[in-house]
Amino acid sequence: MPSDGAARPVVAQARHFGDEAARQGAAHMGMWVFLASEVMLFTALFTSYALYRLAYPQVFHQGPHHMDVTLGTLNTYVLVTSSVLVALAIASIRAGRELAAGGLLAGAAVLGVAFLSLKGLEYAHHARDGALPGAHYAYAKFAIPGASLYFTLYWVMTGVHAVHVTVGVGALSVLAFRTLEGRFSAAYHTPLELGGMYWHLVDLVWLFLWPLLYLV
Amino acid sequence: MSLARAEPTMPEEHYLNSERGLWSWLTTQDHKRVGVMFLVAVLLMFLLGGCYALALRLELLTPEETVMGRLAYNRAFTVHGVVMVWLFLIPSIPTAFGNFLLPLMIGARDVAFPRLNLASFYLYVLGAALTLWAMLQGGVDTGWTFYTPYSTATGTDVMPVLLGVFVVGFSTIITGLNFITTVHTMRAPGVGWMRLPLFVWAIYGTSIIQVLATPVLGMVLVLVALERVAGVGLFDPARGGDPLLYQHLFWFYSHPAVYIMILPGMGVISEAVSVFSRKNPFSYRVLVWSTVGIAFVGFLTWGHHMFVSGQSTFGAGAFSVLSMLVAIFTALKIFTWLSTMYRGSIWVCTPFVYVLGFIFLLFFGGMSGVAVAVTSADLHWHDTYFVVAHFHFIMVGASLMAFLGALHYWFPKMFGRRYPEGLGVGTAVLIIFGFIATFLPQFLLGNQGMPRRYADYPEHFQPLHVASTAGASLLGFGFLIVAIYLGWALLHGAAAGRNPWESRGFEWYSASPPPESNFHEPPAFPHGPHDYARPGIEPEVGHAL
Ligand code: HEM
Ligand SMILES: [Cu+2]
Repeated sequence: MPSDGAARPVVAQARHFGDEAARQGAAHMGMWVFLASEVMLFTALFTSYALYRLAYPQVFHQGPHHMDVTLGTLNTYVLVTSSVLVALAIASIRAGRELAAGGLLAGAAVLGVAFLSLKGLEYAHHARDGALPGAHYAYAKFAIPGASLYFTLYWVMTGVHAVHVTVGVGALSVLAFRTLEGRFSAAYHTPLELGGMYWHLVDLVWLFLWPLLYLV
Repeated sequence: MSLARAEPTMPEEHYLNSERGLWSWLTTQDHKRVGVMFLVAVLLMFLLGGCYALALRLELLTPEETVMGRLAYNRAFTVHGVVMVWLFLIPSIPTAFGNFLLPLMIGARDVAFPRLNLASFYLYVLGAALTLWAMLQGGVDTGWTFYTPYSTATGTDVMPVLLGVFVVGFSTIITGLNFITTVHTMRAPGVGWMRLPLFVWAIYGTSIIQVLATPVLGMVLVLVALERVAGVGLFDPARGGDPLLYQHLFWFYSHPAVYIMILPGMGVISEAVSVFSRKNPFSYRVLVWSTVGIAFVGFLTWGHHMFVSGQSTFGAGAFSVLSMLVAIFTALKIFTWLSTMYRGSIWVCTPFVYVLGFIFLLFFGGMSGVAVAVTSADLHWHDTYFVVAHFHFIMVGASLMAFLGALHYWFPKMFGRRYPEGLGVGTAVLIIFGFIATFLPQFLLGNQGMPRRYADYPEHFQPLHVASTAGASLLGFGFLIVAIYLGWALLHGAAAGRNPWESRGFEWYSASPPPESNFHEPPAFPHGPHDYARPGIEPEVGHAL
């Protein structure tokens, strides 16, 4: 009989695993699989984007001129910075600096809120111009056939992304709070790593949306 | 062969009686209890879908209106399809048997994320409730595929169904994620990848499809919902949108989804063939790699559902050839099973009869799949009863046979009791016969040009429709008998003992029914999972306390 289960310490949370390390390994693996599935979710949207870009090349060339590039770019900086903060938070908790980790996470969450606010501002501009999706499209300055599809995709893609940001902000806030409570340490911080992985994905998706919708 | 040598006994404490009361079930994190709850749920859905099936067949008994009008007919086949596909066939084997057996088969104490597992069950229940609620509100007439632009334009209440299927999709993703992680991280020492039971391989391959394909479906459903609510116009030609995009994205999920339905079944058959032939699989590796192959190629064939949609000729040709590849992997499996049986000491008991039914129906249904994958032939058969017969042979025929086979094979493991063998075999034969009587006439109908989804039809089709309805009644009767004797066995069946089939499968090393938490410490299995070549080694396994 291999000495496995008996020899290694079994933490309460790892009741059905060999040990805590195995449990953490599983948690990471689970998160990776989940992220793969998230990527497929956005793939459906990117595919639609590619298809309509092929169908209406002119629209998709002109579309970015009707975007607020400043706000979009600012948002990119905001999100990338928050991603860096999360990475620093994880480095801190690994080094045992719980206070710093908690603060950095809170900072990242605040930047997430900033992102959503800027996005809201942008949405408000579009709504004022009448650049709404589908049936509600009434943007006179960009009225060639297919233009409403461009904005439809813009709303759907950034909307789905914004939902992810909102979930992420919630997760980061809870993690920040619990870190400051002292629930995590250099020895145990798996939830922080998982939250970080999720946030990096949200960031990464934006790094694709930004050029597609604002630049090219 | 006789059932077991010594008088079988039941362990005094097991997962069924370790805790009592409804609440302990509803809050359980034990994979076995979650599996049993899923089993009950999918069986209920099967019953519901089955009732609608009988109603449809009844309507088709005569050329004119028999029991319902045309709108009611449209709604009835939509409920039937939605319930059977989304709520029964896709979740059935993975959630019920996968949950129950996967940890036992790899020597683990539970799945990797027990709480997520329970959450997956509740998501399933929520999704099913939403879907059925819409049906009660008057029903939907889109068919199970929700094709746009019809689904965005129809006056019936499509939203809750879209939402329901979306939520069920979440449940599917979570279950798949859980299984993948479990197989990767929780195998007992010595259970290497090439020592995984074939059922585990099948569930693993299925899980990968679930995790990668379901999100695409989820997104498409969201888009259709947005189209209905906000008129976003992505699929509406009037707004410049493209309905074909819907079909592409839908079948990108739904073709792999047909393999979500069939791969677990193939896993069940691989287990059972080996046990009841008392032989090692003819080639374990072929069975494993064809599973992986099917999981992979399944993603590349979706276009064969769109041969008549205005696809380019090149596209059609490519999808036609890729579809054939799937058939090759399937054929490899069939040959391997037959070679396993060849010169085995065959034990004809209930699960084995279902195995035979499965192989026959899969072969027949697979061949008809190759036929409809030939573009020129599909022009004739598309949207006729030929296609209906094809996918019923594969899905109802094969997947359902595997489900029933699994139910009979693992019933003693799950509940510690035996059912009347003779009745089991007889009913299995009845079901297979009823099945063929139901769907064989539909091939002929389709070939003569009877379109699918019509409530009325020209008179000369009637004899074949009558034959089909008669077959469906036999089928329904067969299910009723199964329900009765299994229900009886649950309460009064003789104790099964640990391993009534004398199987070498790893799951039989635990008691029947297994105790809570399965094993006290990771068990060491002394041989491969299907090793019938060297009998006689019966190790001690430390059970959970
Ligand atoms: C092995 C499991 C299989 C399952 C569960 C399955 C299931 C299905 C289903 C559900 C449909 C009908 C979809 C609808 O409602 O329109 C269908 C259609 C089709 N299947 Fe299969 N199938 C299987 C195997 C195959 C194979 C091996 C091939 C090809 C080699 C194939 C080729 C096709 C084609 C071409 C159609 C479309 C026919 C048409 O609409 O004209 N199938 N299948
Ligand atoms: Cu297909």
